[in-house]
Amino acid sequence: MQLKGKDLLGLAEMTAEEIDLILDTAARMKEIISRPIKKVPALRGRTVVNVFYEPSTRTRVSFELAAKYLSADSINISASASSVAKGESLKDTARTIEALGADVVVLRHPLAGAAHLLAKTINAAVVNAGDGAHEHPTQALLDIFTVKEKKGILKGVKVAIIGDILHSRVARSNIWGFFKMGANVVVCGPATVIPPEVERLGVRVYHRIEEAVCEADVIMMLRIQLERQKAGLFPSLREYSRLYCLNEERLSLAKPDALIMHPGPVNRGVEISPEMVEHPRSVINEQVTNGVAVRMAILYLLTERGG
Amino acid sequence: MNEKDLRQKAQILDAEGIRRALVRIAHEIVERNKGTENLALIGIQRRGVPLARRLSACIKEIEGSSVPIGILDITLYRDDLTTLSHQPLLQKTDVPFPVENKKIVLVDDVIYTGRTVRAALDAVIDLGRPKLIQLAVLIDRGHRELPIRADYVGKNVPTSRREVVAVRLMETDGEEKVLILEKKTNA
Repeated sequence: MQLKGKDLLGLAEMTAEEIDLILDTAARMKEIISRPIKKVPALRGRTVVNVFYEPSTRTRVSFELAAKYLSADSINISASASSVAKGESLKDTARTIEALGADVVVLRHPLAGAAHLLAKTINAAVVNAGDGAHEHPTQALLDIFTVKEKKGILKGVKVAIIGDILHSRVARSNIWGFFKMGANVVVCGPATVIPPEVERLGVRVYHRIEEAVCEADVIMMLRIQLERQKAGLFPSLREYSRLYCLNEERLSLAKPDALIMHPGPVNRGVEISPEMVEHPRSVINEQVTNGVAVRMAILYLLTERGG
Repeated sequence: MNEKDLRQKAQILDAEGIRRALVRIAHEIVERNKGTENLALIGIQRRGVPLARRLSACIKEIEGSSVPIGILDITLYRDDLTTLSHQPLLQKTDVPFPVENKKIVLVDDVIYTGRTVRAALDAVIDLGRPKLIQLAVLIDRGHRELPIRADYVGKNVPTSRREVVAVRLMETDGEEKVLILEKKTNA
């Protein structure tokens, strides 16, 4: 059993077997993170280059730690502090990085499809760390891993994803991923931020959070991108918060053992109340830890071609 | 090498033979370590794991005290990861006790080149600093490529490199024996 492609671009093109392989491998990697000495020699001599054209803390640090725990060398390039600022194109930057000897290139880019373009351009493995509003596969895989770890199964689990679905690459990847693993996905948000024809992906749409979270096993709140609010997608943050903020009362409609998830960074008091972030059923911090394990699994599985 | 390209050449141990070898090794472990104080067994995935469990049960019968068991997967420590065509599947590692100052007995089914044991030594030392590490194997088939030897051996079996030693255990294979398999000749 191995991954089919040389890259990890999105969950839309992955099979349930491939997702399972990543989840199983990540479970082994998580044991390494729990050790006093978090280091194994598996990827000695390999180079992972993180290229970030957008700001990121947790994803970038998570990939960097994942590479380091596996003994790979990792380098970070941010667009503002590199030749990108001098006008170098994505393809040229990528070719340069490959010529420098990268085995894996991790790319975060504001345009959908950037990682796919890169994957066709270079021989190194490409990992999509977020491309525009398209996909963020490693985030979805860590979310799926967290749910599987807590619930034991994925089949039939009800996952409610709430917020700006239209602009969320996290939501899109999670819908594909959870759907392929047999979970029952529902989405909820104001009509202006629900993608048209999203039902065709196999999800149910609600506009009232009370209906969406009813009997849910997992409540996944999305970050409201504050800059979007200016575009007039909803009247005010205050109104959004009144209608969609996860609070104790809304949580009580879900199953008694429902998980509270959030990909971060959190806008406390906008999409989720501060008490919900700290709630005993919140797994927001564990999501971050699991992110390192999942990314270790992906780096390990993608560096298989000897050389 | 695929099992179906192999034919059975000889059976070296049957169920009784395996049992006797393990009982003897258990006695030797207790004797050499003067009891079970600070002793722990670590089975190397996969067949070292059931063997470690059986040794622990034997030791309990002999000494009356139980010895903790750990499970070690050495995949991430292999020295051939960069040359394999695809990454091997990871198995579970679970060492539920601190190895610090313990007398660790590594357990595996067969010792051959010694490379698995080399990897296991690195893997154990990454978990902490044991007082000492010993090695118990059911079969020593020779052909070492590293300066490594076993402290406890069930049976020494001279083999050629063309042969395969197949340990079959109830827990992993549903039968109990040790075979020598040989490559089918195309002549």
